Amino acid sequence: MIEATELRRRARDLLAAHPPATTAPADFLAARFDAGLAWVHYPVGLGGLGAPRALQTVVDAELDAAGAPDNDPRRIGIGLGMAAPTILAHGTDEQKRRFLRPLWLGEEVWCQLFSEPGAGSDLAALGTRAVRDGDTWVVDGQKVWTSSAHLARWAILIARTDPDAPKHRGITYFLCDMTDPGVEVRPLRQITGEAEFNEVFLTGVRIPDSHRVGEVGDGWAIARTTLMNERVSIGGTPVPREGGMIGPVSRTWRERPELRTHDLHQRLLDLWVEAEVARLTGERLRQQLAAGRPGPEGSATKLSFARLNQQISGLEVELLGDEGLLYGEWTMRRPELVDFTGRDAGYRYLRSKGNSIEGGTSEVLLNIVAERVLGLPAEPRDDKDVPWKDLAK
Amino acid sequence: MTDLLYSEAESDLRAAVRSLLTDRAGPAELPARVEDGTPCDPDLWSALATGIGAAGLLVPEKLGGQGAGHREAAVVLEELGRAVTPVPYLTSSVVATETLLALDAGELRGAGELLGDLAAGRKVAVLAVPFTTGPAADPAVGPVAVADAGPVPAVADAVLADVLLVPRPDGLYAVDAADARIEPRVPLDLTRPLATVTLTGSGTGAAPGTRIADADTARAAVRRGLLAGAGLLASEQLGVAEWCLEEAVRHTRERHQFNRPVGSFQALKHRMAQLWLEVAGARAAARNAADALATGSAEAPLAVAVAQAYCSRVAVRAAEECVQLHGGIGMTWEHPAHLYLKRAKADQLALGSAGHHKDTLAALVDLRPPVTPEARQR
Repeated sequence: MIEATELRRRARDLLAAHPPATTAPADFLAARFDAGLAWVHYPVGLGGLGAPRALQTVVDAELDAAGAPDNDPRRIGIGLGMAAPTILAHGTDEQKRRFLRPLWLGEEVWCQLFSEPGAGSDLAALGTRAVRDGDTWVVDGQKVWTSSAHLARWAILIARTDPDAPKHRGITYFLCDMTDPGVEVRPLRQITGEAEFNEVFLTGVRIPDSHRVGEVGDGWAIARTTLMNERVSIGGTPVPREGGMIGPVSRTWRERPELRTHDLHQRLLDLWVEAEVARLTGERLRQQLAAGRPGPEGSATKLSFARLNQQISGLEVELLGDEGLLYGEWTMRRPELVDFTGRDAGYRYLRSKGNSIEGGTSEVLLNIVAERVLGLPAEPRDDKDVPWKDLAK
Repeated sequence: MTDLLYSEAESDLRAAVRSLLTDRAGPAELPARVEDGTPCDPDLWSALATGIGAAGLLVPEKLGGQGAGHREAAVVLEELGRAVTPVPYLTSSVVATETLLALDAGELRGAGELLGDLAAGRKVAVLAVPFTTGPAADPAVGPVAVADAGPVPAVADAVLADVLLVPRPDGLYAVDAADARIEPRVPLDLTRPLATVTLTGSGTGAAPGTRIADADTARAAVRRGLLAGAGLLASEQLGVAEWCLEEAVRHTRERHQFNRPVGSFQALKHRMAQLWLEVAGARAAARNAADALATGSAEAPLAVAVAQAYCSRVAVRAAEECVQLHGGIGMTWEHPAHLYLKRAKADQLALGSAGHHKDTLAALVDLRPPVTPEARQR
């Protein structure tokens, strides 16, 4: 097993052979991938060294300190966080070789074609069809809430391949070329005025069978790998006090005494306490992970932050008084990155409404906590053994 | 960075305390003991204080204690909260003990010896202030000297005390309980006795007992005692909340209505899941306060204020939810849920209300209240 000292040595070797100051960023990133220092827990030849996942921080710290370029992980977040682990776990050797390197280098941006207008929280109800035609699949349907679709070269896609099977069993997982004919991306404008997401219309899109991931009909199980990885991304670095949404409103309170009222003061202190407790809960989770004892508090983090962000940003608009009546601008922008806390109070208030919906609604997450953490019985359901085509749509 | 986890030694201590309380003090037997007027079982107290050595956790070994610390005492309090155990741990082993620890025990007659007695479980001492008194926001003001203003109301565990620690304008006095009038009152929390304490000679200037600290030392010491008490009370509140959540989950899993376990209804599941989130927060906040006290961190007052402002509310909510989710059963005297509700509600007032602690916080993190017109003119 490779250890921290060995990784540190390899990081220094990389820096010595490709000094960041004199190497083009793309060349440095390519050399880093080939040295196995992109994601150290991946296999040799695929950007890794088969080292423990936790040791990635050793490499990152070493390279950051030397001013090495990074691959803008936020821009390629879906590829890094969702597509890559799924392809690694379930893809063919050829798929791994073809897709992982350009994905990590940021040369190819990925998006995720999962959600549909009729299949949000009940994702397995999806109706996008993929029909086999020799060595290719012909896909028709509509996807929604697709971030980065307008930038993406590739998509992970789940589609129904057997309408006669119960809904969880008739789904297959594909890699979809977003430049193919029949793929149409339309901006989906949100309550903030921006179009951070897209609708994607798929009309007779032809996907070669070599871009299928896993077996036909196994798409739901594979999608669960993807979704679990979506929620794993908690716990990296400690958050400072007032590090989140409570920061800007606390600063405004301190700097603008003329805005203060007693009612707002009591509510601000309550939210400040809750934000600090949420921070400590996250820190406790991080310490548990570091000690090799992951706790179920991960489910708590998203739920707590969603509610807090909404309450704090709502209070901030009120605190601003006359200024709270104003909004930055309503021009439809197409941001490359999701920005929860930036911009102004009105934007934060409106954007945070999505926090309790995206990545699992708070209602669904509360069910998960109740059933998986507290062991409460599941609600009865009658959709498990019924063919998808016979379910109410 | 603050250590928010439990060490192996702390887990062992928890197991020992839990096992003792499970064998000897299950909440199911409590209503009968309360009815008898003897909620506190002296044998149980002795087993906890002396057998396990819990009473001396905060006291250094050279003064006769275990030389452990606030993190360990917090674990004991979690378990005492889980079993709503009626013992004078918080009042004697935490508040009174911490107050005495702040004195220079070598110089002031009696304090060192008393500390040794408390650590060994030979005596019980309580600070003779109302149980609602919190550590004040401003160290220059500090907790007030109350004993000369007449009877002291709502002194917790005074009926169990051998010694009263009495703050007076000129210092802190150790008064033999026999030299004070201690009138038991009927408490909301059946598991923590309250009494009105009147000192013989009150108002006459004839102070009984032994002066063990001068005025300045006394103020700082009382503040330290109350700060540790408030900080560790959060762990008791966590224990109360944990029991309430677990019992609500257990009950709703087993109880069937409409041909289903009631715990399968989403309306109920979401309430318990939400409560679980809050209990997870309370655990982080309580651990943070215990660790800050244990390390003598400059952030201890902030950590304590956050823990109290949060945990007192969570314990009350958990107890209220527990009663409601038990349906009619939750309203009965036989079911122990009411003991937890009473403890949680009384704890909400104890050692400073949430409002008291939020005022402290507002000063500590510079989130000041609005300036009133009168104050502007000054």
